[in-house]
Amino acid sequence: MPDPSSGTRKWGMVIDLDRCNGCEACVVACRVENNVAVAGADECGKGRQAYWIRVERYWHGEFPNVRASFMPILCQQCQNAPCEPVCPVYASYHDRAEQVNAQIYNRCIGTRYCANNCPYYVRFFNWFDYWFDPVVPTINVAYTNPMRMGLNLDPRRNQLNPDVTVRSRGVMEKCTFCIQRIRRARLDVIKQGGFQSADGIEHVKVPDGAVQPACVQTCPTGALVFGDLSDPESAVSKLATSERRFRLLEELGTEPVVIYLKELRP
Amino acid sequence: MREEPVHISDAQINEDLTRSLRRPSLLFVLVILALLVVLGVGVILYVYMVLSGMGVAGINRPVQWGLFIASFVFWIGLSHSGTLISAILRLTQAEWRRPITRGAEAMTVFTVAMGALYPLIHLGRVWKFYYIIPIPDGRGLWPNFRSPLVWDFMAITTYLTGSLLYLYLPMVPDMAVLRDRSTGLRRQLYTLLSLGWRGTEQEWRHLHRTLGVFMVVILPVAVSVHSIVSWDFAMAIAPPTWHSTIFAPYFVAGAIYSGLALVVTIMWLLRWGFHLENYLRADQFNNLGKMLFMMSIIWFYFWFSDALTTWYGRVPAEFETLRQTILGPFLPFFVTMILCNFVIPFATLGFRRVRTTAVGFVVSLLINVGMYCERFLIVVPGLAHGRLPFNWRDYAPTYVEIGIIAATFAGFILLYLLFTRFFPAVAIWEIKEGQLLRSTRDVAGVKLPTITRTE
Repeated sequence: MPDPSSGTRKWGMVIDLDRCNGCEACVVACRVENNVAVAGADECGKGRQAYWIRVERYWHGEFPNVRASFMPILCQQCQNAPCEPVCPVYASYHDRAEQVNAQIYNRCIGTRYCANNCPYYVRFFNWFDYWFDPVVPTINVAYTNPMRMGLNLDPRRNQLNPDVTVRSRGVMEKCTFCIQRIRRARLDVIKQGGFQSADGIEHVKVPDGAVQPACVQTCPTGALVFGDLSDPESAVSKLATSERRFRLLEELGTEPVVIYLKELRP
Repeated sequence: MREEPVHISDAQINEDLTRSLRRPSLLFVLVILALLVVLGVGVILYVYMVLSGMGVAGINRPVQWGLFIASFVFWIGLSHSGTLISAILRLTQAEWRRPITRGAEAMTVFTVAMGALYPLIHLGRVWKFYYIIPIPDGRGLWPNFRSPLVWDFMAITTYLTGSLLYLYLPMVPDMAVLRDRSTGLRRQLYTLLSLGWRGTEQEWRHLHRTLGVFMVVILPVAVSVHSIVSWDFAMAIAPPTWHSTIFAPYFVAGAIYSGLALVVTIMWLLRWGFHLENYLRADQFNNLGKMLFMMSIIWFYFWFSDALTTWYGRVPAEFETLRQTILGPFLPFFVTMILCNFVIPFATLGFRRVRTTAVGFVVSLLINVGMYCERFLIVVPGLAHGRLPFNWRDYAPTYVEIGIIAATFAGFILLYLLFTRFFPAVAIWEIKEGQLLRSTRDVAGVKLPTITRTE
């Protein structure tokens, strides 16, 4: 039986930059799936926007010979993550069962140390309670806005995904590799005859392709591929051996499991 | 300015050093009121920030730590020298320390108190701050002892407790003096604080022995506190220029430097405010000024070796951060820092005439302006210009941050002024002891020192 803490099960993602055309469908899909708040134009202008996956755009060359390149960046789910040891309350921790960086919103006290220590800038702080408040920086929205007093009058509340927590002000949030989907797929396998050991960790094999994070599911060009890197037969493992592979800021020793593919052009 | 100590009668010492405890002047009351207003505004802004969200401050992504954390480092740095200098000077039995110790120790306690507020102020969910305290709970969940913030929490609570005791212990004999000379509520307060001190030989022996232990123990505590504050930064690998091995000694040097400068500032103000010309003399300011001069060189040495290594190494992200600091948008702060921390003190404090006149007071103020810039430059540029240029963003504090920070400055001055209203800012017994040590007696025609040694 595989030891779940030994990293034998290792979710990973391959992002083929040669296929990405920068459409940002992944950004939208992620926002919908994970209840990522819309901060509004003013807050975006102040750098408070949240997107668990973003497409970084860089320009090459001088006008008119300009070429854009796109780079989708999400949490790299480092296996040696700098954000984890710095959190004083274990809000940022390593999920042993799934080998991903998880964030426990209930524990987070908002020191923002994890975000400072993330070289990829993929941790997002809730500067306000953003949810459907017409004016954001008002004194306690909870008391002045009837929609926050349990009346739930705003129909937009119905768009929230019930599988994912809605985060309050003052906590950090981040990409989880859509852990709610991973867990659901595992439950499905258990229902079909898999088993769960006494320590609560399911030692079951989820078939390749049964789990897709929202961004992967949405990508129209198939640039994003998700799967189990510990299974040499999975699609993601096969792609990950490509000679085009590199990992972002690999020199920092963070051991990310997001692998980028890019053809080197002279 | 008078250099050598004059002989002052014991009654006159009591009179001089308890002058601040009597009816305050109108100016004093007005200053207190003004400080209360600033403090009140800060408290209101803080409540506003807690109720609405951290977004009312200027911090953003990627600059998640801004002026709050810079101020935190600044205050903890200021706290450094009070206890440290008092302990070092007591250990080396430097006679000129006597009028300085009390004021320096009080400075430490109040600056740590202000610094300790900032980790709470900057928390996103301050109402859950107790998650960081190691208390057994039903979840069996302890704080993460690998996190430098937990080290920080413990170091600061230790230092605050230690420096409070180190302020209080040598105050006990003075409390007895005040107890015997006051009436009413004040008498009750001093009776409580004097712990039944009668001034017997045994009590003095106990006091000196306890102080002897304390000043040895408080030194490593003081050094560790600012090292740990530096490790908040040095343990982080992501922001360029933070992950540096020199940070711990560099922070300690900077802390001693800024704290010493504040001691000088406060000593000048005590001298002028409470007419302590016969106690805080040229001797004190001359020696403190020499220490400042030395610290300015040490500070520059540390800063320069760190910056030169980064510059010469040309590691892209680190070099870019340094370039932004020196030549980019942070240029005004950088110039202020170098001028106030090195150029001006180095050029002026070599002269005795500067050290022992009001110019020395101005220089001591300038040093702390420079040190504030230094704290800002440590925290912000590394965050603002990190490894992925797509996420670069500058930072400007809002009125909320500035108001809250101003309130902690007002709070410090307020605490200090109130301290001088209730306790003598210069240790009465230390001055008397010093006089006794200097005096000689005529024994059978031979002049002999009254006491050969007390400590």
